Amino acid sequence: MTKKYFSFFMMKLSRYVLYDILRSKIIIAYTLFLFIVSMSMFQMEENSSKAMLSLLNIILIVLPLISLIFTTIHYYNSYEFIELMASQPMGRTRIILSEFAGVSLSLLSAFLIGVGIPIFLFAANETGFALLFTGSALTLVFTSLAFFASVRARDKARGIGAALLLWFYFALIYDGLILLLTFNLTDYPLEKIILALVSLNPIDIGRIFVVLKMDISALMGVTSALYKDFFGSGTGILFTTGIMLLWIVIPLWLAVRKFRKKDL
Amino acid sequence: MIRIEHISKRFKKLQALDDITVQLIKGQVVSLIGPNGSGKTTLIKSILGMVRPDKGKIFVDESPINGDPDYRKKIGYMPQIGRYPDNMKVGQLFKMLRNIRNADEKETDSFLIKHFELEKIFEKPMRTLSGGTRQKVSAAIAFLFDPAILILDEPTAGLDPLASEILKGKILEEKKKGKLILITSHILSDLDELTTHIMYMQDGKMQFFNDIETLQEETGELRLGKAIARIMKGEKTDKNWIDKMFEPENDEKIF
Repeated sequence: MTKKYFSFFMMKLSRYVLYDILRSKIIIAYTLFLFIVSMSMFQMEENSSKAMLSLLNIILIVLPLISLIFTTIHYYNSYEFIELMASQPMGRTRIILSEFAGVSLSLLSAFLIGVGIPIFLFAANETGFALLFTGSALTLVFTSLAFFASVRARDKARGIGAALLLWFYFALIYDGLILLLTFNLTDYPLEKIILALVSLNPIDIGRIFVVLKMDISALMGVTSALYKDFFGSGTGILFTTGIMLLWIVIPLWLAVRKFRKKDL
Repeated sequence: MIRIEHISKRFKKLQALDDITVQLIKGQVVSLIGPNGSGKTTLIKSILGMVRPDKGKIFVDESPINGDPDYRKKIGYMPQIGRYPDNMKVGQLFKMLRNIRNADEKETDSFLIKHFELEKIFEKPMRTLSGGTRQKVSAAIAFLFDPAILILDEPTAGLDPLASEILKGKILEEKKKGKLILITSHILSDLDELTTHIMYMQDGKMQFFNDIETLQEETGELRLGKAIARIMKGEKTDKNWIDKMFEPENDEKIF
């Protein structure tokens, strides 16, 4: 009974969050952007798997960035709404989870429409679905991370700063560090260690997950063969899903915990 | 109805609330007064659960307030500065509040919506409203669900005299119903007719909490403002503030 009431309540609040987001039109522009980029990739490249690779690279850079920035800005813009709700008979957990549901739902639909439709049209294969899976997971992961950053940060400037730093770290710095490590320790068998390190970055694990579904992965040497064994198997899919889930749940849980104690 | 036990709250260097203990019961109209930054709003926000005190407990109707947010159904809150979602229209705001509480339009108290003539601006987005109109919206929201407890943070600041009178009349009516009403204000004369109890705060401490009769007996003054001024002078607290507060009143008498 209480559970039913709970989800009913959440939907009610999320509806207003969604309504607010849709009205700002940014999310529509984002959907269009993704759609145009994906369409033009498939139009320009003769080979659809080449197009997929280019699309993957764009998605891995753009998706986390947009998710982080959009979520952070939305959080600060709806501060008044949050404050108003907090003075009403409504728990803090409900408020923040409704916000999360509203934001992630709109970003997710933007991605699934903008990229999903072209993929259905031109590349409705295993790789295509892997790409959609990775994109959806990354959207949720970075929305969750952005909520964590904005709940913790004291003001808008710090919040957006933190979101940008997170993006720099996961999209650029982390890969550089791993590259440095492999470069300096080429003589040692690092495959397993790198696999573990890669799990610490949702963008990397998403990339590997998709790339290994492509034909070109055969060109990448022995290491790739090892990964292909692992990621191609059922355990690999479970592993990826599990890691992604952890990346979604842990920051969100930390955000909720912080938000419950916060002074509004 | 509201029992506050030893609550303290510290914001970095500022001790906003310092070991406050007080019990407010049904039928009281409590004026919470004190200089700027004395912790009035923090105290109110603590009761609403928007600020989490470092120490102490707050009970509303005998149940502690951490946990179930349902106790806020009993409280109508009018903030000092009402901040609302910019894009939301006035009408939508009321509709949303009714919707999330599952209340029908007929069940809610639209007295202030009607008398402040808010229906005329139902189509306006909240960001276009002036400070005074926002205050009217805040007031209408506070009274909307006929709550047993009303917490009004500087209710008449920014309202024009007409609206101010309407609001005062409404407060008086609710007082007659035996509700607990907690009002903060700087302008004492504004509240004379309504108040039954005075709570005075300074530097996060509660200096005194008394009913009007006792205050008047102790000081022999009829006017509330002067009674408090006497008390303040008797106690060795910051007199400057209270003197400043009466300056406009002296002007009134001159002209």
